[in-house]
Amino acid sequence: MTIAPLLSDTALIFGRYARQTLRSKFQILFGVLMPLLYLLFFGPLLTGMPLGSRGSSWQVLVPGLLLQLALFGASFAGFAVIIESNWGVVERMRVTPVSRLALLLGRVLRDSALFVFQAVLLVLAALVMGLRAPLAGILIGFAFVALLTLSLASLSYALAMKVRTPQGFGPAINAMAMPSMLLSGLMLPMTLAPGWLNVLSHFMPFRYLVDAVRSAYLGSYATTTMLYGGLVAAGFAVFAVTVGTRVFRTAGA
Amino acid sequence: MAIISTAGLARTFRSKAGPVEAVRGIDLTVRAGEILGFLGPNGAGKTTTLRMLTTLLPPTGGAATVAGHDLLRDPAGVRRACGYVAQSGGVDPNISVREELVTQGRLYRLTKPQAALRARELTNDLGLHGLLDRKTSTLSGGQRRRLDIAMGLMHRPEVLFLDEPTTGLDPGSRADLWDLVRRIRADHGTTVFLTTHYLDEADALADRLVIVDKGVIVADGTPADLKSRYAGGPDAPLQDAFLAITGRSAAPQDSAPVAV
Repeated sequence: MTIAPLLSDTALIFGRYARQTLRSKFQILFGVLMPLLYLLFFGPLLTGMPLGSRGSSWQVLVPGLLLQLALFGASFAGFAVIIESNWGVVERMRVTPVSRLALLLGRVLRDSALFVFQAVLLVLAALVMGLRAPLAGILIGFAFVALLTLSLASLSYALAMKVRTPQGFGPAINAMAMPSMLLSGLMLPMTLAPGWLNVLSHFMPFRYLVDAVRSAYLGSYATTTMLYGGLVAAGFAVFAVTVGTRVFRTAGA
Repeated sequence: MAIISTAGLARTFRSKAGPVEAVRGIDLTVRAGEILGFLGPNGAGKTTTLRMLTTLLPPTGGAATVAGHDLLRDPAGVRRACGYVAQSGGVDPNISVREELVTQGRLYRLTKPQAALRARELTNDLGLHGLLDRKTSTLSGGQRRRLDIAMGLMHRPEVLFLDEPTTGLDPGSRADLWDLVRRIRADHGTTVFLTTHYLDEADALADRLVIVDKGVIVADGTPADLKSRYAGGPDAPLQDAFLAITGRSAAPQDSAPVAV
């Protein structure tokens, strides 16, 4: 397929779901609640602690909370597809000539826009709490939120198309999200961990993303940490969108 | 002229208990402009066949052509030529009638003004006038069904697939819907392929009936034809013919074809 219908189809699907989001203030704001609670009631505990890092404790915590926002928000995105499947909306769209890739991209781009917006709110709150970080670093953080959302939401939609019941989907996502959060050092850097845990965490791809955003918040951009983070995030996105499109193309009975 | 033709169309599902042959080999020809009733007991393979013909489910055997497009090689061509109204409909209850119709038109690559015009045209035509700005959840059962059909007609398809279109409707709404289906065919020459459980519906609406059982076609003919052949005369109830054909009654066994 040529690129023009793909772009217009993606814009169409994005518009449909963006309007859906804009109709619900709850949906717009709810995702930011959990990281905001961590920021308010957990963040102050770290201010005097040795975290083995240059800069302030906020430059360690806020990058973690940003990716926590993306991790938990995007992982559960598939719930919407389960509901829409039950209404028959997914099937009705799949019998039209619309691009299968657009059915996925339109949705995940909406998710990326939503979670970047929530990330902006979180960073504004963090600035009030005492965060100071270079603007470029903060923008790089948003880019990682967008890319991670794109990836996780794609996989979440793919899983939802396969599992099809909330009873199966919710526990499956929880079982993946919790270890991902703990092993990537979202709350506290893994450099504090004993050797075995630090080694184990290197098998968790999100660790590289967290480390990269922390590096960006310290103003270090040309580092191997940034390089690995960028490569893992980009590779994961390509993998996830490929899997997601495949499922949207072939999902059967 | 055949607008749909299938040869040995089959679908086997894999399950933990072993393969399930939902459709075992359908050979079917539908003429352009025909209203075809596709009947069969629960689990006969009606919906699976419909899902294959609308590209939702890849066949595991056989071939089919729909509106001149090969089902396997050119699914996008099949999608452009067909409209499909599923049993469950397929609209978001929180979205307005107008937005659903316009988006649907644009999924079929109409421009925004074309889609808006077509949405007005269809809502007037299908008795949904004045409901454009209502949420779809506020429509009555009959209105909802007409909206589902309007969604399937946005791009003026050559073939309209209707999966049990009147399930859950009151008698008045059912009669209205039959009139609508007849009118769509009369005004636009649209071929209508419909599945139903209601034999009175099949009798009143369809030019020709195809009866499936256990994944194969077991009878094919006009309603009068089937009644004469299987139930003793053209005025017999279609129910008797149906039961004789599908072997679900005490009808004479010699009148029932062997359904393997």
